[in-house]
This record gives sequence, C-alpha cells and structure tokens, in this order.
Amino acid sequence: MRRAFAALAAALLCAGVAVAVPLAGVSQEVIDSDAMPPKLSAFGLFRGNDPKMPSTGVGYTLRAPLFSDYTDKYRFISIPMGKNAKILADGVIDFPVGTVLVKSFGWSDVNDGRPVETRLLIRRAGGWTALPYIWDADGKDATLALGGRRVPVSFKSPDGETHSIRYAVPNKNQCKECHSLNGEIVPIGPKVRNFILDPAASSQLRGLYFDNPAALKPTMPQWDDPKSGSVADRARAYLDVNCAHCHNPGGSASNSGLFLRWTDDPTGVNFGLGKRPTAAGRGSGGMDFAIAPGDPDHSFLIYRLESTDPGIAMPEVGRSTVHKEGAALLRQWIAEMPKASH
Amino acid sequence: MRFQGLRHAAMLGFVAAFAAGPAAAKTISVSATTPDANEKLQEALILAEPGDVVELGAGVWKLTDGLSLDVANVTLRGAGTGEGGSILDFAGQQGAGEGLLVTSDDVFLTEFAVLNTKGDGIKSKGADRIVYHKLRVEWTAGPRATNGAYGIYPVESSDVLIDSVYVRGASDAGIYVGQSKNIVVRESIATENVAGIEIENSYDADVHDNVANRNTGGILVFDLPSLPMQGGHNVRVFSNVVSDNSVPNFAPKGNIVASVPTGTGVLIMANRNVEIFDNVFDQNGTANVMIVGYRYEHKDPKYQPLPRAIVVRGNQHGKAGYAPAFPGGAEIAAAFGGTIPPVLWDGAGDAIILDKVGVLSLNLPDVATPQSQAKPSPADLSKGTPPAALPTIKLPEAMEAKVR
Repeated sequence: MRRAFAALAAALLCAGVAVAVPLAGVSQEVIDSDAMPPKLSAFGLFRGNDPKMPSTGVGYTLRAPLFSDYTDKYRFISIPMGKNAKILADGVIDFPVGTVLVKSFGWSDVNDGRPVETRLLIRRAGGWTALPYIWDADGKDATLALGGRRVPVSFKSPDGETHSIRYAVPNKNQCKECHSLNGEIVPIGPKVRNFILDPAASSQLRGLYFDNPAALKPTMPQWDDPKSGSVADRARAYLDVNCAHCHNPGGSASNSGLFLRWTDDPTGVNFGLGKRPTAAGRGSGGMDFAIAPGDPDHSFLIYRLESTDPGIAMPEVGRSTVHKEGAALLRQWIAEMPKASH
Repeated sequence: MRFQGLRHAAMLGFVAAFAAGPAAAKTISVSATTPDANEKLQEALILAEPGDVVELGAGVWKLTDGLSLDVANVTLRGAGTGEGGSILDFAGQQGAGEGLLVTSDDVFLTEFAVLNTKGDGIKSKGADRIVYHKLRVEWTAGPRATNGAYGIYPVESSDVLIDSVYVRGASDAGIYVGQSKNIVVRESIATENVAGIEIENSYDADVHDNVANRNTGGILVFDLPSLPMQGGHNVRVFSNVVSDNSVPNFAPKGNIVASVPTGTGVLIMANRNVEIFDNVFDQNGTANVMIVGYRYEHKDPKYQPLPRAIVVRGNQHGKAGYAPAFPGGAEIAAAFGGTIPPVLWDGAGDAIILDKVGVLSLNLPDVATPQSQAKPSPADLSKGTPPAALPTIKLPEAMEAKVR
C-alpha cells in the first residue's frame, strides 16, 4: 500500500514535469477571482479531477515538513503563464498573483492511497487565501469545507503502530492561525532554506517559474537524516517548520515570547532555555521551564509535543497523534545540552 | 466543452455574488440543533461580513472543536448565559487551545456561555476594541487542576472592555488581560478560580465594581520578564468586593499563579503606578493587599522587577491575615499574636499605604535575597507624597454604545 502511494507521488511529480505549460483545464479566472467554489474541480488543477494528475505546475518537497498526523503530502505549485516567483534576499520566495500552492494529504493505507483532503493556498490580488477541500466518498471531486471537519481514519505510522483518530481537516480560520504573519496569510514551507523543487524539473521549467532558480539551494538540514546535520541543527530545523510559524514575533503565538525560527538565537531564554511558562496553563505539566537544558523529562516543550490533550498539546491545531520521531529528536537535543548551573 | 461551459457559468455565479459589493449588515442565525452544528456555526463565523450579527440559537451546543472569528466588526450574540440561553458545551472538545478565538477588531461578544473547555475559554488576540459583555465562562465541576487556564483571555489588544461577565473554575485566571493597553474590567464576577482577575504586562487599566470572591487570589496585577510587552503600569483597582479568597491553589506548578498564596485579596507584582482604592476587603486569610517584587531568577536586562509608586487608600478592611499561606507565614503570624496585618509588603520597591491598618514588611528590598531571610516587622508607609492620581480610562464611544 505504501508503495502504491509512493507511486502516486512519483506520478504527481512526473506529471508536474510533463506539463511545463499549463493545460487548458486550469481556470485562471477562478484562481484570480474572489470565488470560493464549492467544488475543487472548478479550479481545473487536476486532469479529470484525478488527484494523481495535476494539469499544471511543478512538484516540490521540504527538508523539514510540518507534521500532520503522519499524512503523506503531495505538493505542487501553479504559477500563471508569463509570471514568475522572485527569490528575495532573505530567502523568502515571493510568488506572483495567480499562484496556487496545492497540498494533498493522505495515507497509503487509507482510501486505497487516495488523498483525504486537498488544501489550496492562492495568491490573489488582495493577498493569500486558504481554502480546504475534502475529497468526496466516490473520489471524483472534493468539496469545500470552510468550517473544517473531523474525518475518522485508521492508519499505520512508520513504526507499525495503528492509529484510529478523528483527523481534523482545518477550517479556513485555522489555516490562517498557522499561516499568519502580522495578521496576513503567508506560505510556511516554501522558503529557500527549506524548499526542494522536484529534481526532475527541467531547467526550462525552472527558468519559467523562478527569476533566479540557481538560488534555490536549501540550507536547513533534513530533520530525519543524521548525515545532513547535527542533532541541534536538525532539531532547530524541526522547530522552525513545526513551531515557528506561530512562535515568531509576528505569529499567532507572539505573546508567548517563545521564538523558534531557524534564525533565532538558540541559546537565549526566548528560545525556551530556562523560560518559565507564560500562558501555558496545564501545558506546563507542573514543570518550571519550556526547556531545562540536559533534562528533557523536565522540559514542558517535550511534554506538550507528546500530548494529544487539546488543553496541553502543541501545536494547537493540525495534530491528533504524537510525532514520536520528532519528539525523540528534540529529546535528544535537550538531553545533549549542558545542564544549567543551578 | 459542455463541462467547461457549465463551470464557467458556475464561476460567474460566484463573481456576481461578490460583485454585488458589501451587502447591508445582516443577521445569520444558527441553531443549536442543526446537524453538524459545530461545522455550521464555524462556517457562519467565516462567512460573516463586517457589520453582521451571528446569532447563536438557544440550547446546549455540543462542540468538539474550538471556534474562531477573524472578521472585523461582527457581533456574536446568544440568547443568554443561563438556563434557556445559548450554552456552548466543550466537554467533548477534541481540538484547539480554546473554545472561541477572536483575531479581528471591533468584535462584540454577548449573551452566551462557554463551558468546560479543555484549554482557555474565550481568547482574543490582536483584537482591538473587543467587547466581552454578559458572558459566562465556567468549568462546572468547580476548582480542578484539569480545568483550562484562562476563562476570558484578551491579549495583545488595544481598547478592551469586559463588562458583566461571570467566570468560575479557571486553573489560572478567570479574567486575564495580557500585553494590552486601555482596558476596563467592570461589574463582573470571578469566583473559584486560582486568580479571579489578572492584569499582566499591560498599560492603562481600570478594574472596578467587580466581585472577586472564593478564588485563591482575588485580583492580580503582574509584570513578568522575557515577554514582548512589559513594563506594566497605570492600573487602578477600585470599588471592588474582594472577599473570602480561600480556595486552595489548584494551578499546575510552574505557572506564576501557582505561587499565589491562598487567601490573597489584591496582589501587585512588579509594575509601577498602581492605585488600590475604595475596595471592600474581607476574609482574605493571607492578606487583603500584597505588594511584592518579582523574585525569580531571570535574564532580561530590560525587565524591572520592583513594584513602584503603588498607592493604597480608602479601602475597607475586614478580617485578614489569619491564615498566611506563604512559607514561614504561620510562624510570623504566631509571633504577631495569631494574625498578620492586612497589608503585606516584601520590602522591595516603594508603596504608599494610606489605609489605617497595619502593614507587615518582610524587609527584603533586594529581590535576589531568598524569602527565607525575611525579617518581618511592622512598617509605616503612610509618609511621602502620592504620585498624581491616574486618569479614568476612556474607551471609544462605539464600545460603550454596544453595552448600553
């Protein structure tokens, strides 16, 4: 089953390469309008509404993806003809109006590997808009779920454990809670430091889509590949993607004073070291510090990552299972820190 | 071709709907008994446009996921907070850190109840000019460590009005205003919370005509380090009834309020220019008024840990100090003949106490000195010239109009 899903991913990536020029099916008018079509097919992003077959765009992956209940994610970008994305000096990728970031979520052992949901992040004239679609039972189209929904699923995580959860498709506002910077919606993953364009993408396509494709060189390590960086660097990459979209001075958790971006000082109190709880409530787990150096069992950052109780768990949305492998990496990182001298 | 044409027609429908421009304000009613009420209500909150009223039907709403509102100038109105009202019941909550999250400006929340959320009750962040009015946020089993942290929780906002709310059971603060400016909390009841009402890292607040009783601590004014907004100042706490704050502290350890001694009336930690006046205090076993520095280790060079320019005047003091619940409190009380004076100061910073009651100083002017080295003695803080009285907080007229 897992292999079948991998094949789907490969098909998706190949399809992206194959269609450098958008096909007639893409409805740029819908993309550019203010519409929130009730059906995903209105965008014409897939050939025959088959989630395996993008009708346009180029695929991408991330060095460190946001954990979403062990879903496999299939991502592609559609940029309208005649426009391209600018790579800014700070590593932000500035996508033009008319861009759609398409992300499908599924498990290889759920629905025969078909995605459960597809989220669109659309760059419109007024800014980014997030629209969540849930695939219909017959798999032929997906339906807008502005209010979000819980979908019962049962799947196996990589360690072989079976999870039966009520998977939360986020509502439109929850999309923004994570994708928010100073009150505006922004993409999270596609930054140069984290972004991997489909390696099969032709140089012609790269040139069409990006003003300076040579600058697309990810600098963050791959969080789960020890060869790609130290434990500390991989932990920071993990925190950057899984936490820093809220935990930054312009994000949804700005008031916490806990800032976990790749660019933040990883030795400071604002990175959690020796930081007392601010508004953690039960999230403190009776502990004094977010990170107690050398002592993961007394670091409530770990306690919150390892909980699924909504009054405790972090991140607050998008997770109904514990990411054991991610938590293990952060545990190791904290355990290897020199203990504080008190 | 036919398919394309249909799609085009469907799209035009959307365009037409939006091309009509902002419609006149409308009322969107959602019924508690709608199938998928959670999703339908959330959809209504998303599709609302500025000026709209989203009306919560009467009845008990069984909700599994937190709600959120991100549209400016929307009213969320229910049918009341008691029996027959609009009761949002989160006992079965599976996700989100709060029951309702507001992230837009000029929102008016009124006449509904939020019960038994797993995390916070109602949170608003970066939501300027928000009005909380006639709401009930409650953990119905009473004080429990497993209750959510904050009942009503505005943060990072300018112009906040909390009027006529009832909050019970919060394992941190019932009404908590953090990192905000220009705040009024009035005519509300906070009971059986760890902290009844807390103003933290905030500027310009009036807390008046509230009842804070049967909490661990009644009303707290705190300033904490390493946060984006700090230097709390200009807070007036007046004309409140602060009584019988006797609930054993049930906050999860680690949180700052877990250190609040049971039996605290009003507690000022750090901050400058705080006025405590015309309140009625009674039955606060540790102290009616406590003024302390922030005595934890911190690494924030910008942080000011001392309370400064604190004024206490014109308050009525009933029984206090008969069960001081801080380390060493019982011994001090014994030395003072069984009770300690109703005003307790750790000796850090400066305060002017004009009430005609005793003041106990722990004589610990340096916040780095451990509390175990306290040398308690009576103190006279009635001398000196109080700073100029703080002005009354004025909120934008449109906010006051909403609650009239």
